[in-house]
Order: sequence, then structure tokens, then C-alpha cells
Amino acid sequence: MSKLGLDPAVVAKARRLAARAAEPIIEMARTHTTVSVERAVLRLAGVTGADADGTPWVNRIADAVREQVGLEHGVALPVFHALREHQDPRELVRARFEVPEGAHAVRAGKRAREAVARGIARIDANRAERDRLLGKHGDPDPPWVYLIVATGDIHEDIPQAQAAAREGADVIAVIRSTGQSLLDFVPEGATRQGYAGTYATQENFRLMRAALDEVSGELGRYVRLTNYASGLCMPEIATLAGLERLDMMLNDCMYGIIFRDINPKRTFIDQRFSRQIHARAGIVINTGEDNYLTTADAVDAAHTVIASQLLNERFGHEAGLADAQLGLGHAFEINPDLPDSFRLELAHAQLVRELFPDAPLKYMPPTKHMTGNIFAGYLLDAFFNLAGVLTGQSIILIGMMTEGIHTPWLSDRDLALENVRYVRRAAGALAEDFHPAPGGLIVERARRVLSETVDLLDRVADDGLLNAIADGVFGVTRRPADRGKGLDGVIVQADGYYNPATEILQERP
Amino acid sequence: MTVSVDTIKQIIRPYGDTTGDAMVQVSFTLPVPHGPRAESAALQLAGKMGLDPATVVHSKPMGPDFTFFIVYGKATHLIDYAGIVVPEGREYPLLTPKQVNLAIKSVLGRKLVVVGACIGTDAHTVGIDAILNVKGFAGEKGLEYYREIEVHNLGAQVEVAELVARAKEADADAVLVSQVVTQKSAHIHNTKQMAAAFADAYPTSVTGGLGRPLLVAGGPRFDTVRAADLGVDRIFGKGTTPGEVASYLVAALVPSWSPE
Repeated sequence: MSKLGLDPAVVAKARRLAARAAEPIIEMARTHTTVSVERAVLRLAGVTGADADGTPWVNRIADAVREQVGLEHGVALPVFHALREHQDPRELVRARFEVPEGAHAVRAGKRAREAVARGIARIDANRAERDRLLGKHGDPDPPWVYLIVATGDIHEDIPQAQAAAREGADVIAVIRSTGQSLLDFVPEGATRQGYAGTYATQENFRLMRAALDEVSGELGRYVRLTNYASGLCMPEIATLAGLERLDMMLNDCMYGIIFRDINPKRTFIDQRFSRQIHARAGIVINTGEDNYLTTADAVDAAHTVIASQLLNERFGHEAGLADAQLGLGHAFEINPDLPDSFRLELAHAQLVRELFPDAPLKYMPPTKHMTGNIFAGYLLDAFFNLAGVLTGQSIILIGMMTEGIHTPWLSDRDLALENVRYVRRAAGALAEDFHPAPGGLIVERARRVLSETVDLLDRVADDGLLNAIADGVFGVTRRPADRGKGLDGVIVQADGYYNPATEILQERP
Repeated sequence: MTVSVDTIKQIIRPYGDTTGDAMVQVSFTLPVPHGPRAESAALQLAGKMGLDPATVVHSKPMGPDFTFFIVYGKATHLIDYAGIVVPEGREYPLLTPKQVNLAIKSVLGRKLVVVGACIGTDAHTVGIDAILNVKGFAGEKGLEYYREIEVHNLGAQVEVAELVARAKEADADAVLVSQVVTQKSAHIHNTKQMAAAFADAYPTSVTGGLGRPLLVAGGPRFDTVRAADLGVDRIFGKGTTPGEVASYLVAALVPSWSPE
């Protein structure tokens, strides 16, 4: 039952337009590959480790294949053909590669598929294990409390994450080191140094998941782990997340393009593969629309958030994600000096809730208007928590009163959790009593944002999404399709391109 | 009898609700279990911080191993305000993005072009990205966010010759380089080499912004050298935010503009 009285025909029109805008991008993603997609295939096939300089073997092998025969046919056929003679990755990087034909191609394809299937079987087993642990420890009721740790040292992150879980966090996110998104390789091993965050590595994933399993057992509540499938290595990080049973992953369709100047084509191709992995792994993706509001005005740009959510939904569905895996993002970023700012926030949050009733929405706390006055910030965070409870948000990222000053201290997190616990206890099921007056400010504002969304998607569907991104429609930043980092890693698939991972993932279990 | 100027003192103390009460409030965490012993430890710390008397008004366990405290106390330290020298500010005023855009638009009448890179073997783009990427640093958006600044971020491991060529091609107003790697003083060497290359490429230039782009170097280990030693116009150190760089660019390249 819509509290906002949204017109179902307008909602349906918005979805149709989003699908039309997404279609050419999906077609491009189907017919292209990237260096990182191919490296992810090698990771699924069981290639691990790095050379003495720390360059992962998957990079060395993919580079060697590309140099000798190109990646137009995918990495699987040349590598598994060469594997007849070389078993060890250290030898493989020195192999003579060729694209096999005829019976050789059939045999190499079969062996590649068997190897990748073992990796996907591990992802399936992890999904089953998560379900088992959710049954054993219990799945917390929404809204899930989402907290960040980010010391740079995985061995310092672990006790902090466990402490946060004991204090009530349902989801732990380990923020990545600044600039990891621009690395075209995934670092190896446990890491103890980072810039304002901790590197995403397979070993760090494994260590943190094990630590949270331990504390989940202690608490009788399954604590979820989140990281970031974004940047130049998005497909590989998604794969590692599946292999190490991470539970949620940040994975936005446009974040890297807009905020990291990663090439738009690279991003969309990488993203489709990543989402196919996430779909299979039962991972909930978190999208990044909240970020648009850190550059654009939260009132003026509200409709760009909704438009991006509809696009993220379409891309997600196409890649096989269920509604329950679409953690669409939005944020509480309206200038608190504005009259009625809280009512406007409620209008936006309720609109998102009603447009995506089955999606585990991720609601982000204020950051732009946190001034360093920690006392005022604490109050603003309480209003954010109240808006979350009142509009039935699913995943609430906990606001820190020291936002913008430093990465959260132990005491910052503790106080933030005290804030959210009070609001939840005091407000209870207040959402039941929240019925915006028909024709009132909240209802009218929500309708207006929706109608602006339809107008915007109409233009985007006509002009093309890549052109809209080039024109700076989202997040104010202009990103042309032929610019940005990572374009040289985009490859048009040749006839006979073979990717066993995509093949298996598209068959669906 | 005359009183010399330097003997005039103006003693101040923190103000709670009465002049001279010297009351302050602090909060901190100690890595010990909650309890009377932890409170005694907190009071001892307060005492060593110069709070006497001090009172723990709130203590709360944070898990089994940590305790959070809020403490009020009377500061025993005195400040002679007469002896406080007004700190030397940056040589330019800090502007908001709006002011930066306005300055460029109203005086230059075109976009201000910035070319940025990590030069030499340095692959650490953290610094240059923090300043240039929209994502920004310390809650401030990077220069890409400024509508009137056109940013060309060339990324890592850019050769000096290429940087000069790209700066000429883009008709750059400013060139920003960041240097994180400092082994064998590579940052000093690379930056000097870059400055020399720009001097060669723009032989008639008078100074930065006049006949050649403004040269700006950034990195965490430039604190032992002066800009003039390296041949650049300005050095920025650790913790520099995009807004500081943008404000500097306006002050250096659009000097006729003022916020008033």
C-alpha cells in the first residue's frame, strides 16, 4: 500500500525507460571483454599467488597471452592449450601461447570449463555454508546496522570489527586503501599498511571472514562482511569475494566512472561479469547513488539518484541478481539549514522504499554537512537514524560524529551505536504511524522527484547513457566514453571467443 | 617608573560559566576493563594532563577490554595571551569552490587548465588523485569538481618530456606533480629535472604563470627544501587539501581577483 499514492503507470514508465537506456550498454558488455574479466577467469580456474615482485600470476599470464596472441579469444583457450606442457604458473608465463583450433580447441575448452567449474563450485559451497550459518547463528532483523573499520592493518581491523559486532553491528565493511581502485592488479597476502583503509586481498578477506564467523558464534547472530567490487579489478575482487564468502559488495554501475575517472566502457563490461558472480554467490550488492549527493545538491539532484537506482536495478536483473540482492544506495545529505530539510529527507527515503519494496536498501548518513562540530553532528545522525526507522530502510550505515575528521575511533563507533540503539528502541514500529498527508509537502515532493526522474530517463534513453555520462548528468562530472583509466584493457570479442565462467554463470544453477 | 611593554601580561584560563574557573571537558578511551581501577587510571591521566581537581562524570565499558571516559576538570595551566603571536597564515586566502570558479570565470574568462602527473618511476598516484579526482581528500572534492578548472590527470610514471609536451598541447596554466617515493632522494631529483625541462621548453618565460605554466610539486617529504631550490613555484606537503591548492592557483594566476 503506497503511502505516497504513487501512480503505478508512472513507475512502470520509469522502469521501461531505464531498460531502454540500459540495453545498448548490456549489448556492449556481452560482446566485449577486459583484462580484469580474463584474470578473474584464471582466478576461478585456481591460479593464485604472485611473483617475487608481488605481481599476481594472473596478471603475468594474462599479459603474456595478450602480448603473444591477444585476448580477443579469451584467456581460457590459449592457457589451457598451453597447460598440456606447463603446469606451474611460473612456467606458464614463459610458455608459447597459441589460440587452439579444431579438436585442440574443444579439448582446451573442456579442460578450462572443468577448472573454472571447480572455482564456481567453491562459490556455490560458500553460499550453502552462509545459509547454514544463518540458520545456525540466526539472521538479524532489519534494519541491519552497518559499520566501517579502516585502520590499514588487517590485524588491527580484526579486533575492531569483533568489538563493533559485539556492540551491535550486523554488517562490517572494511574500507579499502585510498587508490586501490586505480591499481590494475589485486595485491597479495595479509597487509598491514594502507592509506586511510586496508587493501582488499584474498587473504585479508579470508582472515576477516574467519574472525567474524568466530564472533557470530559467540553472539548467536550472523555478522556479514562487506568490501568493494569496484575500480579496475572489479571482476577479480567480486570473484575473490565469492571464493571467500563475503556477504555484501559495493558494486555501482557508475561510481568508478564518475568519481575515479575509470573508463565508462571498462566499467560496464567489468560490472556485468562482477554481478553475474555476485548473483551466483548470493552476495548482496550495494550501489553508490549516495555519492552523487556529495558532489551535487541533495535537493536539486534527487532525481538523478532515482534514475541511477533504476539503471542499477536493470543492470542487476540482467546479470541475474534477485531483488533481495539489490542494496540500492541513497543518502541523508540535504543541507540542515534548509527549512523542512527533514521532511524532504523523508520524502526521498519513502519514495525509494516504495519504488523498490523488495530491495535491501542501503541508507547512508550525512557526510557533507558534518562540520567538525561533533555535538551538532551527533544530533544530525540521530535525525538520520529516525528517518531510517520511519521509512523502513534495510541497511543503515551508522553515522559518525567525527565524520570528516578522522577514520572512526573505537569510542566514535560506540557512541554512534548508542545513538542508533536509542532511536530504534524509542521509535519502535513508528513507521506504522507514518502516513504523510495527501497533498502535503512530503507526498508532493516525492511525486515531483519521480516525475523529474521520468523526464531525465526519457532524455537518457534518447541520447544514450554513455552520452549522458559524458555530459555530466550524474554526479555533475563529465566522463566521455573514450577517456578515463583502463580503456586499453577493453577488448572486442572475436568469433570463437570463449569464457567458461560466463558460460556457466549464464546457465544459472 | 615606566612599565616596559614586554612585562604586560594577559593571563587567561578556560571559561566554563565563571571567569577564571578554568573548567575543561575531555573524553578518551583507555584499553582496560571498566571498573574502579580504570576510573583511578583515568583520573591519574587527567591529573597528568594538568586537570586538578578532575571528576569522571561518565565511564562506560566498550566490550571487555576498553573503557570510555568523559572527564571534567580545572586546568592548572595558564596562558599569557599577550605573548600569543598571530600565526603566519598561508600567503593566500582560502576560497570556496564557488569563489574559485567565480574568480576564474570573471577574470580569465575561460577555464583554468591544470595538468597533473606522477613523474619518473613513481607509481603512487595517491597524492595527485587526492588533489585532482572528484573523490577528493579530507571531505573536500578534487579539482575536477570545479566547473572552471579543466583537469588533465596523466596518471603515474609519466616521463618529463611527455609531461612538457602534454602541458604545451593543453596550454596548461599550471602543472602539478606529486612525488611519494623518496628512495635516494628521487623526489628531489625528479622535480629538479622537471623544472629544468620546463625552463628549457619555455625559454622566454619570466616566472610561473608568465610565459610558462605555474609549477607545483606535492609530496610528504619535501619539508627539507624550498621551492626555489627545486625550481618550482610552490611546494605542498602532507595533508594538503584540494581547496588549498585551488586557492593557491587563484592567488598565483588570478592575482587581481579578491573575494570582497
